[in-house]
Amino acid sequence: MIGRLRWPGAGTALGALYMALCYGFIFLPVIVLVLFSFQSGDLPAPPFNGPSLRWYQAAFADGRLVDGFTNSLLVGGSSSALSVLLGFFAAYGISRYEFPLKRAIQAIVILPLAVSYLLIGMGLLVSASWLGFSPSLSTVVIGHVVVNMPLAFVICLAQLGEHQRRVEAAARDLGASTFRVLFSITAPMIAPALIAAFCLCFTLSWDETLIALLNTRFDVTLPVVILSLLRGGVSPLTNAAGSFIFLCSILLMVVVELLLLRQRR
Amino acid sequence: MRAGVSPPTAESRAQARARLAGLGFALPAVAWILLFFAAPIVIMAAYSLMPLGPDGRPGPLGLGAYETFFAESAFTAALWNSVVTTVVVVVASTLLAYPFAYGIARLVPKRWRRLALAFAILPFWTSYVVRSYAWLLALSPVGFINHALLGLHVIDHAILFAYNPQATELGFVHFFIMLNALTIYANLVQINPHYAMAARDLGASAWRCFRSITLPLSIPGIAVGAFLTIVLCIGDFVTPQILGGFRGLLLPQVVMMQIQRQLNLPMASVMSLVLTLVVALAYLAMQRWLRMARL
Repeated sequence: MIGRLRWPGAGTALGALYMALCYGFIFLPVIVLVLFSFQSGDLPAPPFNGPSLRWYQAAFADGRLVDGFTNSLLVGGSSSALSVLLGFFAAYGISRYEFPLKRAIQAIVILPLAVSYLLIGMGLLVSASWLGFSPSLSTVVIGHVVVNMPLAFVICLAQLGEHQRRVEAAARDLGASTFRVLFSITAPMIAPALIAAFCLCFTLSWDETLIALLNTRFDVTLPVVILSLLRGGVSPLTNAAGSFIFLCSILLMVVVELLLLRQRR
Repeated sequence: MRAGVSPPTAESRAQARARLAGLGFALPAVAWILLFFAAPIVIMAAYSLMPLGPDGRPGPLGLGAYETFFAESAFTAALWNSVVTTVVVVVASTLLAYPFAYGIARLVPKRWRRLALAFAILPFWTSYVVRSYAWLLALSPVGFINHALLGLHVIDHAILFAYNPQATELGFVHFFIMLNALTIYANLVQINPHYAMAARDLGASAWRCFRSITLPLSIPGIAVGAFLTIVLCIGDFVTPQILGGFRGLLLPQVVMMQIQRQLNLPMASVMSLVLTLVVALAYLAMQRWLRMARL
């Protein structure tokens, strides 16, 4: 306090220093990751000798990584599409109609947000084993819809406001059917939110490891491939794959940011 | 109901149809959750009641697997490790994230705030596995931190920082600082600044004003962040597996061993349900705490 009286900027300076330290801490692993993906030697550790694209070439030539990448794209794309579709329908029903048990239904749909992925993954694994299904990517898709659809639902619900309702009513007065209104009025009007929800679901699915690890055996997704690469010790190959994933996610998030920003204006 | 008393009018028919339409739109989502979320958990709970004997054959129905779990010290130790790790991570990441979020909300000029926040969560978007791996690189004996410390002559031989519970906690705290900074920031910017201004006008010191106005009003943000941290931290397998190694195992690692090595799904089910129970208890405790904080 006394220091503050003598030098009013001290608090601000301390705050700025603390924030700089936090940013340093947050960025440290990312810098290590990306920097040593350009390593030309065999060890992702100092001294840095590069830059070289050797390990990126190796990553794109690695069959396991490429298969994992394709599988992750498939799982992410299909689970996110399903999540957004189901979430959008549910949000539309809840925001536009009055019906019994509405509160209970809303609670059920967002319930998976409050439990850990371990429980969801284990539930699917045990059920599949009980029903005699072998582990497969489709189980992972099902699990990812369970965890991502509540998010898509919440995002859509927040976007369905009074403004669209009036246009919908006008369309209905002009004789449009319920589905016609849904697909040619409502969906296009909240399209940015739908795309943003899709991208968010995709990023989360793309990154999800536990459900995928529990429910796959031979066909695995990218995070599971990387986890198994780690058993062989550290290598710049993992850095290159990791940096590439980082780049993809950042691009998707920039898309989300631009869409949501444009809408706010 | 009314239709039974008087002949159905066009209006009541339209109302009934609207009710059906609303249910119809919500139905696929609800069915998905019930079928692929609720039912599997019920099946898992049923599995947990069908323990395997020592020979791997099904034993008698009942709570046998639960008894085995609580009698086996390696299992209860893993549960304890999980709880301790989660508590350490929740406390540390809240304490570290709060001033950070406060700084973004109060020190950064308004037009730069969004960018400051976007930068703070940028590493979120690396893959979760990759983030833990990057910490492993930084902490390894040949890694960046050892290199720097050796170069500065702080230490004279490389130290293995990874493969212990502290490394796991570090990896978790790194992730959850970002998450908590987000939830706390979202809460801080919603607090009406006039309250604090009024307090200062009435002569409260900056610290008094923070302690009696801003901090109590930001408790919801802290609570949301803490709950998300508990849910995501206690059930995570990736971070402890990569950074913690095999000393001081956490419960999700033991679950994985039960599945992959022992092929004991009933025991793995018991463990997952126990972890969920811990989360539920934490939720109830936090709700009580929130209600008390409001008084």
